[in-house]
Amino acid sequence: MSTQTLGSARPALPARTAATTRARRGGVGALLQLLALLLLILFLVLPIYWMVATSLKTTGQTFAIPPRFLFQPTLSHYREIFSEGAVPRSLVNSLVVALASTVAAVVLGTPAAYALARFDFRGKADLWFWFISNRFISPIVVALPFFLLARDLDLLNSRLVLVLVYLTFNVPLVVWLSTDQFRLVPREVDDAALVDGAGPWRTFFQINLPLATPGIAVAAILCFVFSWNEFLFSLVLTREQTRTAPVEASNFMTDFGTRWGPMMATGTLIVLPVLIFAAFASRHLVRGLTMGAVK
Amino acid sequence: MPRLPLPRTDARLGVVASPALAAPRRRRGRFNPTPALMLLPAVLTLLAVGIYPLIQAVNTSFKLYQINKPRQGTPYVGLDNYQTVLGDGFFWRSLLRTGQLFLYTVPLQVVLGVGIALLLGATRWRGLALVSRVLLVLPIATTPTVVGLVGRLVYDQEFGVLNWTLGLVGLGPVSWVGSATAAMFTIALTDTWQWTPFVALVALAGLTAVPPDIVEASKLDTDRWWDTFRHVQLPFLLPGLTAVLIIRTADILKLFDMVFVLTRGGPGVSTEFVSVYIQRVGFRIFDLGIASAQGVLLLVLCIVLSRVYITLFYREIEA
Repeated sequence: MSTQTLGSARPALPARTAATTRARRGGVGALLQLLALLLLILFLVLPIYWMVATSLKTTGQTFAIPPRFLFQPTLSHYREIFSEGAVPRSLVNSLVVALASTVAAVVLGTPAAYALARFDFRGKADLWFWFISNRFISPIVVALPFFLLARDLDLLNSRLVLVLVYLTFNVPLVVWLSTDQFRLVPREVDDAALVDGAGPWRTFFQINLPLATPGIAVAAILCFVFSWNEFLFSLVLTREQTRTAPVEASNFMTDFGTRWGPMMATGTLIVLPVLIFAAFASRHLVRGLTMGAVK
Repeated sequence: MPRLPLPRTDARLGVVASPALAAPRRRRGRFNPTPALMLLPAVLTLLAVGIYPLIQAVNTSFKLYQINKPRQGTPYVGLDNYQTVLGDGFFWRSLLRTGQLFLYTVPLQVVLGVGIALLLGATRWRGLALVSRVLLVLPIATTPTVVGLVGRLVYDQEFGVLNWTLGLVGLGPVSWVGSATAAMFTIALTDTWQWTPFVALVALAGLTAVPPDIVEASKLDTDRWWDTFRHVQLPFLLPGLTAVLIIRTADILKLFDMVFVLTRGGPGVSTEFVSVYIQRVGFRIFDLGIASAQGVLLLVLCIVLSRVYITLFYREIEA
């Protein structure tokens, strides 16, 4: 298996098979397949299209019956949320928190991953289980004590708490994914470095780390995406000044009604960068979600 | 010391059991400080942000801790909270509901996902298949909160685009989140929109690993696609689908964002899954003692399930 890069994200589709040739012959079968594919594409795209479209409609058009699929787009909702200030502030909060937590997770996680990939020691299996079992812990269980701790330390309105709490899923993610990556670096490289007199740390920093960069970049992107998408911790651990964007977006629903246009504009601003990232790293998204179990 | 059995790296299955364990051995016997130092920052961090809060949660679960009644203090009350939780019908029903949702969604997502993967793998419309392959990522990457918000828009009874579409064929209007049954169905439908593509991508990765000539050979032996699927392709899919089962179990126990935004657990408590219920007790009723006890019980459930699953999934290690 070669070193993975972002560019080679898409696996080749299974090669043409006998079924392909058969489908080419059967007209009805091919037509059904076409129908199924178009239906699938509509199913995948329509909700996202509807969000973006609603963000570009006037409020009147939003409630129009029959719904408007084509219309004159307007940026008025975007201007609205930017002049009000809460949404841009929350986007900055999301960006700062996600970046800080990602960087911290990479710094903390890569040496650990290297140790797991290269060295042998007692209790390694247990340590591995512990890292992996973090994927199973429900965030609400962590959110309760974190809320009390943050309240006692007077940190409820700080971004630091979110950076720390996001490490609970980011550090394990970096460890899982980069352990795989370090294992792809041939051991001979390490041995050669040792012969040349480099210590284990120098071997790690100057030789392994650069070679594993593509895999670590993928881990970092996934950390960023998961932190950016997070909602529950931000809901219970932040206040007005430090809220992240998903919580701010949900605040457009009030007891007095919902401001659909600004809400969908905010939703679009949240989702678009993630979708662009994900399109590049689609295969690795699956790898990250399955803790590296599915390559 | 006995050597740990090396896990079989089954390349055919596309699953590597515990990569960490596969590292060759060296320097047995003498304590080597280097790996310990390399592991220390990550381990200490996870102890601080992962384990310490859990210990605090266990501690809180033994206290009377109602933060909207500060004057009564936070005295220890022994196992009272656990007694309350175990006798609380709402808690058990929220767990049951979570199990129900799992049954409504995961089997359907597996069947649909595998179906999509087979279609994309075998169709003659290569261009459209490639486009779909890229678009499958959309729902997975979409922020779950935003999925819930868009759900509110699309499912709206008066101006929602879904009811309008149903109206075209003479159906509806449907009140998507108006009744208990409908709301449960709507949550299941939304979860299926978001996670079927995940199953499809995992299944596609599995299908890619099937050597094409084996499939060709089996086509010569049998005319029924089911035989080819069952005996040739399915074995390659199973490890990935096991992973899907594990991940989806964990995720449904965690499910909060989309539901909180879409239904707030309602109407009534009809979509109040276990994480949503604990959040309500802790952060809307402000009874941290009870909520912590519920959290600890959920944690025990998560740990038991993860041990069972990891043992099944990485069973080479235990062998």
